[in-house]
Amino acid sequence: MADTLTPPTGELENFDPQRVVEEPLWRVRLRLGWRSFRRNWALFNDNKMGVVGLAIIALFGLMALAHPILMATIWSNHLEGGKNVYDIRAGADSIIVTKTIVEEVTDPLTEISQIEAMFLGTGVNIPEIGDTIESPLANPAPPVFSGVKHPHILGTDPFGGDVFSQLLFGARAAFLLGAIAAISSVALATLVGTISAYFGGVIDTLLMRLADLVILIPLLPLLIVVSGFWNVELTMLGILIGILSGLGGTAIILKSQALSVKVKPFIDAARIAGGGHWRIITRHIIPNVLPLSFLYMMFAVTGAIFTEAALSFLGLLNIQQSWGIMINIAHTQGYTLEGFDVWWLMFPAGLAITLFSAGFFLVGRAMDEVVNPRLRKR
Amino acid sequence: MTEPMTDIAAKTTPLVKVENLRKLYPVSKNIFREAHDFVHAVDDINFEIAPGESLGLVGESGCGKSTTGRMLTKLTDATSGQILLDDKGELIDIAHIQRSDMRRFRRRVQMIFQDPFESLNPRRTVYDTVAESLTVQRIGRVQEREERVAELLHRVGLTPPESFLFRYPHELSGGQRQRVAIARALVIDPTFVVADEPTSMLDVSIRISIMDLMLKLADEFNVSYLYITHDLAVARYMCDRIAVMYLGKIVEIAPTEELLANPRHPYTRALLSAVPVPDPAYKRERVDIKGGISKALNPPPVCRFIERCPRATDQCRTSDHPGFDDLGNGHLVACYNL
Repeated sequence: MADTLTPPTGELENFDPQRVVEEPLWRVRLRLGWRSFRRNWALFNDNKMGVVGLAIIALFGLMALAHPILMATIWSNHLEGGKNVYDIRAGADSIIVTKTIVEEVTDPLTEISQIEAMFLGTGVNIPEIGDTIESPLANPAPPVFSGVKHPHILGTDPFGGDVFSQLLFGARAAFLLGAIAAISSVALATLVGTISAYFGGVIDTLLMRLADLVILIPLLPLLIVVSGFWNVELTMLGILIGILSGLGGTAIILKSQALSVKVKPFIDAARIAGGGHWRIITRHIIPNVLPLSFLYMMFAVTGAIFTEAALSFLGLLNIQQSWGIMINIAHTQGYTLEGFDVWWLMFPAGLAITLFSAGFFLVGRAMDEVVNPRLRKR
Repeated sequence: MTEPMTDIAAKTTPLVKVENLRKLYPVSKNIFREAHDFVHAVDDINFEIAPGESLGLVGESGCGKSTTGRMLTKLTDATSGQILLDDKGELIDIAHIQRSDMRRFRRRVQMIFQDPFESLNPRRTVYDTVAESLTVQRIGRVQEREERVAELLHRVGLTPPESFLFRYPHELSGGQRQRVAIARALVIDPTFVVADEPTSMLDVSIRISIMDLMLKLADEFNVSYLYITHDLAVARYMCDRIAVMYLGKIVEIAPTEELLANPRHPYTRALLSAVPVPDPAYKRERVDIKGGISKALNPPPVCRFIERCPRATDQCRTSDHPGFDDLGNGHLVACYNL
């Protein structure tokens, strides 16, 4: 703020500069931002595909939010063996069978000794021989849909865990992973793409050969190797997927967009105004690339969820619980080929993965039409 | 156009002085191979612009006039030569400018671009665009900048300014956009503005109003223009002097009316004879120039115009490109056969 403006030369009739500065600048910007959001929303809303996708994402959002709330309220006092039945990892419910109290146990599935029955009962009376008593079957129990002590909307898994609770928690994990992967991937791709396009020369060559290298290496086998060496957790997986997908194809696509922006005369005008490289990249090139970046953010979520599911299915990730792990457990316990008999083991998780990815893909496609005017119908 | 500016140019120190300016573009150069073929985009040109004077740079496409403009604004680096800018009595060499002088230079020299649809960032408001140089150079406080931008918008004819301040370029017409571009160039009070065909992309109906505006503002802000155009009529309207370029060389430079009344170089004559005259009875003087535009790739050391010249002689074929002959009255011509 070292300099002040020189007083204007030449005369000015009926012009009052005070008139134009009544509204603070940030409010003007907010108003303009809201206006352009409304306009883009109208375009987005035209395409029902995108609205369906958004509804799907909203549904999963509600699921993710519901899990901690349910754990704190409805599911809070369903304890068995000192652990909450609905806990996504430790929780286990068991099947209740009716057993006859006998003196000498010959069939542990139908008979129970007097001493054991005493511990199961609530009163002080010693149970009579010949009476019946409800007793839990030992774990691991076969997955069941009903007939257990606590209510389970989608039945239990092979260890007696609640499938519905795991499904809700899986949505949380998916959102977390998707957000980390998408943001890191697109941030990296935008930066690499614009820097490569703007500076060109050696920097461009280095970054683009790196991109070629990343495209060359298949993502999944590389992650399998990496998870063999390190203990890969959800955040680390997100960042890994972000880096690997951000340096590859997305960076090249965003670079091509940045190249077409870079040669526009307004970039020359910014240079003449005295703007440095960083200002030109952040204020002039990136805002013009950003719509495309957001688009690839949507597709990055889809890719990240699929990768996670595949790695979890192979049992290579150190993740508390996710949709992929649900399928993994059903698979490793030998229920893969039972098909529709134990449908609640595979289908909720599989469908969740499919729908979640589809939701983001649909939103991405609808955004494509907003970003890319050539695809618009009107 | 009111008075012969050449007198002023002779008396005062020039605002801009271009000496032996060259720009060579290497052809097929890579890390393993030194370039040995060059396109001579601008080849050894000299001219001066006095304070407040407008110089027109006229020539066909590809003759290097835009490259000259870009070198004067430091968008392109010169291969060799000097561009001296007078900043309050101190000379800055734009071609070899120091980093510390860069900011001062950016306050003195601005540019108006040809295409108003491409020269405004579609994601920035009119205010952001016009205030950019103030923001970058940290001039004034936010409110002062806003007042200054509003004032400039008012003066380029975008009234009332408050209804234009926060519009996006796509909400403006071509003429309005070019007015914004003019406001952007003048907001920082420059002394020298390079105008690269600012009216060629506009409708004919608004062309004249933009030119009048530029003339008016040149007086009010006391700026000099380097007005690049391919249209002699536009150059005549806007400029005090005209320089005619052909294939990287300035072939003739003279005060506007002198050049139009008394063209001496065969290329200038050909250009003038191609200007349509709105009189069906008018019999134009035919100037025969042969062929199409020559290539500026490794030109041989003879007159650049020789292949198309109707009066080339043996001298032209054996000597290098001719230097300027001073015909008096500020009229310089580069030709052996006058």
